[in-house]
Amino acid sequence: MTETTTNGVNGKGLALIPKAEGRQTLKDFKSDQEVRWCPGCGDYAILAAVQSFLPELGLKRENIVFVSGIGCSSRFPYYLNTYGFHSIHGRAPAIATGLAASRPDLSVWVITGDGDALSIGGNHLIHALRRNVNLNILLFNNRIYGLTKGQYSPTSEVGKITKSTPMGSLDRPFNPISLALGAEAGFVARTLDSDRKHLQAVLREATEHRGTSLVEIYQNCNIFNDGAFEALKDPEVRDSITLRMEHGKPIASATKAVVRSDDGLEVVDRAGVDESRILVHDAHRQDPSLAFALSRLDEPAFEHVPIGIFRSVDRPSYDQLMNEQVELAVSQRGRGDLGDLLLGGDTWRIN
Amino acid sequence: MTKQVQQLDRVIIRFAGDSGDGMQLTGDRFTAETAEFGNDLSTLPNFPAEIRAPAGTLPGVSSFQLHFADHDILTPGDAPNVLVAMNPAALKANLADLPRGADIIVNTDEFTTRNLAKVGYTGNPLADESLSEWRVHPVPLTSLTVKALEDFDISKKDAERAKNMFALGLLSWLYHRPTEATIRFLEAKFAKKPDIAKANVAAFNAGWNFGETTESFSVSYEIKPAKLPAGVYRNISGNQALAYGLIAASVQSKLPLFLGSYPITPASDILHELSKHKRFGVRTFQAEDEIAGVGAALGAAFGGALGVTTTSGPGIILKGETVGLAVATELPLLVIDVQRAGPSTGMPTKTEQTDLLMAMFGRNGESPVPIVAPATPSDCFAAAIEAARIALKYRTPVMLLSDGYLANGSEPWKVPAIEDLPDISVAFATEPNGDDGSYQPFKRDPETLARPWAVPGTAGLEHRIGGIEKADGSGNISYDPGNHDLMVRLRQAKIDGIDVPDLTVDDPDGDARVLVIGWGSTYGPIAAALRRIRKAGGKVAQAHLRHLNPFPKNIGEVLRAYDKVLLPEINLGQLAMLLRARFLIDIISYNRVRGLPFKAEELAGVIQDVIDSD
Repeated sequence: MTETTTNGVNGKGLALIPKAEGRQTLKDFKSDQEVRWCPGCGDYAILAAVQSFLPELGLKRENIVFVSGIGCSSRFPYYLNTYGFHSIHGRAPAIATGLAASRPDLSVWVITGDGDALSIGGNHLIHALRRNVNLNILLFNNRIYGLTKGQYSPTSEVGKITKSTPMGSLDRPFNPISLALGAEAGFVARTLDSDRKHLQAVLREATEHRGTSLVEIYQNCNIFNDGAFEALKDPEVRDSITLRMEHGKPIASATKAVVRSDDGLEVVDRAGVDESRILVHDAHRQDPSLAFALSRLDEPAFEHVPIGIFRSVDRPSYDQLMNEQVELAVSQRGRGDLGDLLLGGDTWRIN
Repeated sequence: MTKQVQQLDRVIIRFAGDSGDGMQLTGDRFTAETAEFGNDLSTLPNFPAEIRAPAGTLPGVSSFQLHFADHDILTPGDAPNVLVAMNPAALKANLADLPRGADIIVNTDEFTTRNLAKVGYTGNPLADESLSEWRVHPVPLTSLTVKALEDFDISKKDAERAKNMFALGLLSWLYHRPTEATIRFLEAKFAKKPDIAKANVAAFNAGWNFGETTESFSVSYEIKPAKLPAGVYRNISGNQALAYGLIAASVQSKLPLFLGSYPITPASDILHELSKHKRFGVRTFQAEDEIAGVGAALGAAFGGALGVTTTSGPGIILKGETVGLAVATELPLLVIDVQRAGPSTGMPTKTEQTDLLMAMFGRNGESPVPIVAPATPSDCFAAAIEAARIALKYRTPVMLLSDGYLANGSEPWKVPAIEDLPDISVAFATEPNGDDGSYQPFKRDPETLARPWAVPGTAGLEHRIGGIEKADGSGNISYDPGNHDLMVRLRQAKIDGIDVPDLTVDDPDGDARVLVIGWGSTYGPIAAALRRIRKAGGKVAQAHLRHLNPFPKNIGEVLRAYDKVLLPEINLGQLAMLLRARFLIDIISYNRVRGLPFKAEELAGVIQDVIDSD
């Protein structure tokens, strides 16, 4: 597969985080805990990719925090030798928001899954995205509940036969990318557990982005939903169905291309279209509607799938704004004095 | 005309009107004048949850009661001596509380056929004999105000709206209140609308002058300043005292304050107040919901902040899961519950003490949480510092149980000297503590059983915490049965071992056989009831609990020292259940759950009955 180029506009995501002295290696980020996912789980690949990516950032290890919710993926923090907080189901974005807002010197990551982020924690996710707190949210989407042993999830396809839906699931799934863009997230990307190079390239951009970045990682659950993303890995079809998005380049797969249509975007046969008609990807476009249109191109499922960075735009992060207000208040009226506060307002003396 | 001046030792005034009439503002201003004058005082605002209930109806009545005196007082008073009724609804809704002979100042302009019919009056009570038990002062407040403002370039509606200031001016004259601060207040409040400011000041002055000239009031009253302990005083409400207490806790612990909160009545004013004080490094986060509010506070605590969340009513339930996580991860966290009438939405603006068992047990698993309850509005300040002290020292979530009565009520507060505030600072972990040079996040302080608090950014102490059971010491995930039993007991022992001051007993002669025990906001009414009993020669002792978990170490001894123990609570006996279970003492409960504080007279009767019974 081709490599995604990094073309960040922000570049300030790590500005406030202290840098490590000397070179770090993958080993620095491995904790002493035994990894306990099912053999063959896609989480192993993601863990390895993250562990080998972190040294590249060159941040002080003690200034990195991984916060997770509940689910298979949420065990992730235990396996990294950084600070970690394995919290409660769906609440990781809320907990991470308090941490990141009060500690701008930390690189805060949220590890979550499709059930954790989109079902029980849906509210916290959309609000973190709209606020733009400085968080990197990695959403492991395996389209199934793994830890509770195989019920359908909010990203499972309609008609999914599971233990809790023997006649097929009825509810329409969320498209996490569409949802994030609907919440006007500043950084939204999709990548694949098995494509380490692409995954790391996306992480590179995500960490550069100051604010909330949402990275959906298609992750295979080989026990309860094996092969969910097989089409994207199968050498026979993957190059044909993967619509790779790279900033400044035409959005196309080996055989298909994205062009503007009368009412939005459509995917056409690449051979039959003039190259100049193919949509050139602009990840930094302020208006999210084109990115949203791109996110809709994975219907029908796996005929073609956009992969890469849908949107990467710069706007002030919430923690930055919050701290600016504190600094402004201090600069305008001086640091607060408790004695003055308590004696403020109308007082009287009794002798 | 020279008017007679009569001396009084105390007065209870209730301002009542439509919820759009500005009664809370009027009451606040009269309170400020009274505080400035130096009386002791206590207030009870009472208003509907609806912002503007249908005008002129009984559910739309908003009132503000103020008790002030030349001596120290303990409650906002049982029954008003003076009712200011701005419309028929206000008269009808409050008349039953008025003792015979009380004064009623009534706005006659609002007593129209239509307004009377709206609240079910078939005739005009001002025109028949139905109010003959009371001293009625009919005053056309609205038309007098409009007339006084006819030279001002404002609409008739704006002129009518100033009638509350006319009423305030009249009452200020009647009770010899200082007026300069109110004029300053009006000028500041309407600084952007100078015409309105001038009109309100004019209405206020017109009310004062009306009192001086009308024959409707032949007497004015003087209530001398109260003799209180020397010091500098200010008036303060419970929510404001709580907010100040949190800022003080931040200063005294040298930790930045982080409040995660979702607006809810009657706790929102704490969020409002704290959001004004950013120059203390206070960060206030209005979250998307109650769960995110407490979650963010806990996240901030993990990062080394003084994490606080505030809520009320159904909000406290939503926070339960995160409080449990704070119990498991042993991080400091302040959870402030301004109790209100429940269940569910209940009565949002009415008070109750019904969350005690929720605070005590409302989580899954064995998850003990310390509980602190302030006794009076101003005591919310010290209670907040004490709750923070426990949270920080023992690395635990702490519940602070205020309530609607404390939150909105106010009283003079002797401002403490900063140097008298406790130092509640704690040290973060900076070095590995394991024998092998590792960091052991759950290796405890042998004395307090608190675990070390290592915050991100500390090199060499990287560690992972979470809601899964952890091995003693190392903090690694553990499903070992013996370890779980040990951890359950350690967490309980840590809370049980918190250093809580002994329970003090007020028993002037030392020979009382009846003890009245209470907790939280019932302090004032209980103490006021005891004064009545003692004045009449009765013997009764009082003890009041600030710490509800753990209890003071001497509480069993105190309870057993009396023949009878009476416990009034604004619930169906929640503390009584805990005390009975723990000490096997047959507590006599007195319970009323009416959304209102107890009345001193009511409690005095109950206490006397207990003293008299065998």
